[in-house]
Amino acid sequence: MGKTLFEKIWDKHVVKSIDNGPDVLFIDTHFIHEVTSPQAFAGLEKRGLKVYNPARVVATADHNVPTLNQHLPIREELSRKQVEKLIENCKNHNIELYGLGHPYQGIVHVIGPELGITQPGMTMVCGDSHTSTHGAFGSIAFGIGTSEVEMVLATQCLLQSKPKLMRINVEGELARGVVSKDIILYIIAQISASGATGYFVEYAGSAIRSLSMEARMTICNMSIEMGARGGMIAPDETTFAYIQGRQFAPKGEAWERALSGWKELYSDADAAFDVEININAADIEPMITYGTNPGLGIAINGLVPTPESIPDEAERRNIVKALDYMGLQGGKPLRGMPVQNVFIGSCTNSRIEDLRMVASLVKGKRKNEHVRVMIVPGSQQVAAQAREEGLDKIFEEAGFEMRQAGCSACLGMNEDKIPAGEYCVSTSNRNFEGRQGVGARTLLASPLTAAAAAITGVITDVREILS
Amino acid sequence: MKIEHFSEKTMQAITTIHSTFVPLPVENIDTDQIIPARFLKATTKVGFGKNLFRDWRYEADDETKPKAEFVLNQPQYKGEILVAGKNFGCGSSREHAAWSIADYGFKVVVSSFFADIFRNNALNNGILPVQVSDAFLQKIFAQSNGTTLTIDLAAQTITIDSTGDTESFAINQYKKTCLLNGYDDIDFLLSMREEIESFEKSYTK
Repeated sequence: MGKTLFEKIWDKHVVKSIDNGPDVLFIDTHFIHEVTSPQAFAGLEKRGLKVYNPARVVATADHNVPTLNQHLPIREELSRKQVEKLIENCKNHNIELYGLGHPYQGIVHVIGPELGITQPGMTMVCGDSHTSTHGAFGSIAFGIGTSEVEMVLATQCLLQSKPKLMRINVEGELARGVVSKDIILYIIAQISASGATGYFVEYAGSAIRSLSMEARMTICNMSIEMGARGGMIAPDETTFAYIQGRQFAPKGEAWERALSGWKELYSDADAAFDVEININAADIEPMITYGTNPGLGIAINGLVPTPESIPDEAERRNIVKALDYMGLQGGKPLRGMPVQNVFIGSCTNSRIEDLRMVASLVKGKRKNEHVRVMIVPGSQQVAAQAREEGLDKIFEEAGFEMRQAGCSACLGMNEDKIPAGEYCVSTSNRNFEGRQGVGARTLLASPLTAAAAAITGVITDVREILS
Repeated sequence: MKIEHFSEKTMQAITTIHSTFVPLPVENIDTDQIIPARFLKATTKVGFGKNLFRDWRYEADDETKPKAEFVLNQPQYKGEILVAGKNFGCGSSREHAAWSIADYGFKVVVSSFFADIFRNNALNNGILPVQVSDAFLQKIFAQSNGTTLTIDLAAQTITIDSTGDTESFAINQYKKTCLLNGYDDIDFLLSMREEIESFEKSYTK
């Protein structure tokens, strides 16, 4: 029987299989950041260990950095100390750091791909659940905890049990106004926030193959939001064209050698998956979430479900709790509801293509006066590219606050927060209670839907503006 | 099973836990609820317990205003076992969630379903995630406060002491050996250093 894409990569990285236990898996590339690494370095130091191979570690500061005045010392003391600890740890262990002020600094899942560090066939980890983003290149990439960060720093390996495999096929053409964020929100709404727990997901089908790398990253990024350890897409010409010529991509002969290996990375026709799900791209409309997990999403013109309509008692309680937190009523539409904030950013949707998408919609328009709009590029390189293309001017004229690279209001760790009780249409990945600030109410959507809300001040079907 | 190479105990060993439990019958408890991101600025592993379930525990982020209806603020509920609804620990990979649960004093979390990363993080901190059936979970929630549960890791069973109801739970045999003996993964991986180096050399050729 043939092998899946996942198995081809996994099997090549198994150092040893433990009887009745996990595999010892070799990790090619390890990304670290300031929030989930300090305790791992402390663990190394306690044991008197050095980093196994610093050349396989890439560091950046993203989660806990301000997105204004990055040239000044960080004002908040704990945040400053955490970022300083990263600088000190990287210096002590000879790890390359793209910290604040560095032209490569940015959200870890934005800079890895844009620098050509992320490549097909790799095993990649980071102390961040959205590491699945890198799977868009046909790599096995997943998030780990800090104890595991310590293991990889010390040995370049992890003890991992092979997950079950799921393939999600999205066939057909996307309708106008529907983008990759809508695909993944639709999938999660279909299978629930825990529907892929225990699985690694391969996304396939004509609708997936037609997407750009940025759009594929958005999909793989949110794999964790249905519980999956990771998501991946077989590399193809789109992938190779994206990587070629980037800073850390192989060059010359090495490129040719790499390319011939990458072309073998696909699931064989007779490879077996534990579960397969088929989705018709034409069924997908612009999506928005109404609840407090990413599985609670509806089409933009849909109605918020009524708790009474849900037969399962536990599920009904979940909906009641979610609607109570969100201040919403079942049976009503979201469309037309006023919002106070729009956040465009995060490792899900802060790449240049996302910014171009927003700019194309808002060019020559002005935001609604009751809405605050934050737009946070994913990296210094994205910001520089946006300036070069004049997108910053378009945002400025629209009344958007364009800030500096970082995770920002996606997780409410720095000062970029949404006030309690206010609504925020957000291009990020999580709508959990308090995620964007204590009491903040998050509605996840695509960059197009977010931009439409910024202009109108209410939840809007972007197709109205496009026509 | 026998695991070679282990040198020393680095974690507290777990064998049998016998304790009252704290019920939290909410599904999809994500790690942002367990420990909100604003408390992740520390560079050590200690002291997270006081912020466990912070925003469910206090009004307006104010420690002087406990929410009376939240279970951690109800003195009749205490113990080393947290019992929660399905899909516990979903979301962010933050190990701070496991640290805050351990620091608060829990040694076991019982649920009918755990998110993958949380499960690993718990095990790496000597917290035992016990996955039970939905029906058994409901039986536990139906007990009055003061009821004790017994978790026997060697036998892989969980028992409601008042009723005698017992269910077995699954755990990876490697992890079971680690927990019973207080070993952690890093000791094991460090003992494989030579094999890893030779693997890397042959693999990158």
